[in-house]
Amino acid sequence: MIEKANLEIFAETLLELAKKDKNVIVVTSDSRGSGKLTSFGNELPDQIIEVGIAEQNLVGVCAGLSAVGKKVFGVSPSSFLTARSLEQIKNDIAYSNHPVTLIGISAGVSYGQLGSTHHSIHDIAVLRAINNIDIVVPADNFETREVIKSAVNYKHPLFIRFGKKPMMKINNGNHNFTIGKGIKLKSGNHLVIISTGETVQRAFKACEILEKNNINPTLISMHSIKPFDEDLFINSIIGSKGVITIEEHSLSGGLGEKCASIMMQNNINLPFKMLGFPDEYMVNGSQADVLDYYNMSSAKIAEIAKKILK
Amino acid sequence: MNTKDLELKSIEYRKTILEIIFNGGAGHTAGSLSCIDILNVLYNKILQINPSNFKNYNRNHYIQSKGHSVEALYTVLCDKGFFSKQDLLSLNKFKSHFIGHPTKKVPGIEHNTGALGHGLSVAVGMAIGFKLDKKDHKVFTLLGDGELSEGSVWEAFLSAHKYALDNLVVIIDRNRLQITGKTEDVNPIEPLKDKFNAFGLSTKEVNGNSVHELSKIFSNIPFEENKVNLIIANTVKGKGISFMENEIVWHHKVPSEDQYNLAQKELEFLKLDIKND
Repeated sequence: MIEKANLEIFAETLLELAKKDKNVIVVTSDSRGSGKLTSFGNELPDQIIEVGIAEQNLVGVCAGLSAVGKKVFGVSPSSFLTARSLEQIKNDIAYSNHPVTLIGISAGVSYGQLGSTHHSIHDIAVLRAINNIDIVVPADNFETREVIKSAVNYKHPLFIRFGKKPMMKINNGNHNFTIGKGIKLKSGNHLVIISTGETVQRAFKACEILEKNNINPTLISMHSIKPFDEDLFINSIIGSKGVITIEEHSLSGGLGEKCASIMMQNNINLPFKMLGFPDEYMVNGSQADVLDYYNMSSAKIAEIAKKILK
Repeated sequence: MNTKDLELKSIEYRKTILEIIFNGGAGHTAGSLSCIDILNVLYNKILQINPSNFKNYNRNHYIQSKGHSVEALYTVLCDKGFFSKQDLLSLNKFKSHFIGHPTKKVPGIEHNTGALGHGLSVAVGMAIGFKLDKKDHKVFTLLGDGELSEGSVWEAFLSAHKYALDNLVVIIDRNRLQITGKTEDVNPIEPLKDKFNAFGLSTKEVNGNSVHELSKIFSNIPFEENKVNLIIANTVKGKGISFMENEIVWHHKVPSEDQYNLAQKELEFLKLDIKND
């Protein structure tokens, strides 16, 4: 079942929370439209701060508001937020320890044909290398709603990124959401597929293809990249026949490399395949076209899984 | 505290700045000496920040955006009772929290700075927060003049003006030197007052090494309703030590033992002058 875009769920959830708590403040960099925050601005004009197209200032202002007791959400396209203002994130949020939530909208290749200036396939890697900021990449509406609800009173700096396309309902209501704990969506006994964010639905469909062929994969939505649910990961892959990681991110420094490092350091040797974007000049196309091109269509994922099991 | 007391404090602070830099083997000597009178007046007359109210954010705030002049800040915070002189003398020692740029691990430090062009945005955020809550607290921030080349500073001025932050006080330590040379040679920033006025700020100039002038100007805040207070504090880099004043090399030079002793002697003479005045 197709639900709303995670972006819309974010905006709706934040508005509900902000209506109940006037200390919830949103800071935007001419991004209220792209952040689906127009209603927020209309309904709660005193709880939205607009700094214009100035992402560095946005992050610093977020830190200052937090220092005087506000519950702050800084909202800006992930590409600009995590590259242009990386130093502000590092020093003013993470190092200075302000529990601000930074929302990277239109992450990954959501901007499609707008090209590399607007793609954000570096954000997880750069923030993983910075101490004292957690990273969450929700897959569907459920995970998005839950992470925003958790973020309001979260005690640490937090980065959340998602895209803007309507998402499939993946979580069936049987799961709890906790930052730092992955969600096992399917339990199987063949191989393990780990994904994060919008590619989880592609992995989910790949599992359905495999199930029709009597292959039962385990599927994990690893929404929290930091802190990472190492226990769930290790317990799921031990005894399996292989591991596939899938992410809408560069293969450098993302989910896949995180999984690989855990496996190596724990002497777990299994067939292993990382799907993501290689270090090359990116192909042009829509988000769906680009993901398909880099082997992240559900058919291709299923094919890769079968190859591993051979 | 009257002018004479403040002047004597400035001498003591300068002596301590030199002592901890000499002892710690590193520090931003000349920039700390240029801004110490500003910190002296702020902490002893204006801010009313002390160890007992520091943890409550409902008070005035001070963000030192020119983080490298941290020796001046540590010195004043020590005098205000945030930590002991013994702690202060651990500057630059292995595992000491007293490092070369402000860190909240040190009691009394409000925000971690050091990379330039960050403090103003943070101060703007705080000042907006107090406006939203209709609280009268003021936010002070000190920037270096070389720091004004950072683009993020000007982003922050735009927002400060937009939100009519008359509770924000921005002080420029205008000592006219930076690590490479004169600010006007490295990357000219004049006409500075015109630039600030064009950004809609209420700008005043002051002798930033005169505790008397500083006391007077800080007592006139806000300069204008709904306008950001901008103070160009004209200072001398290396102020107080004859052979350090206006000498580029003292940006982060540590005095030799002879230079250190001479500098302390000069300050003792200055102290006598003030006492006998």
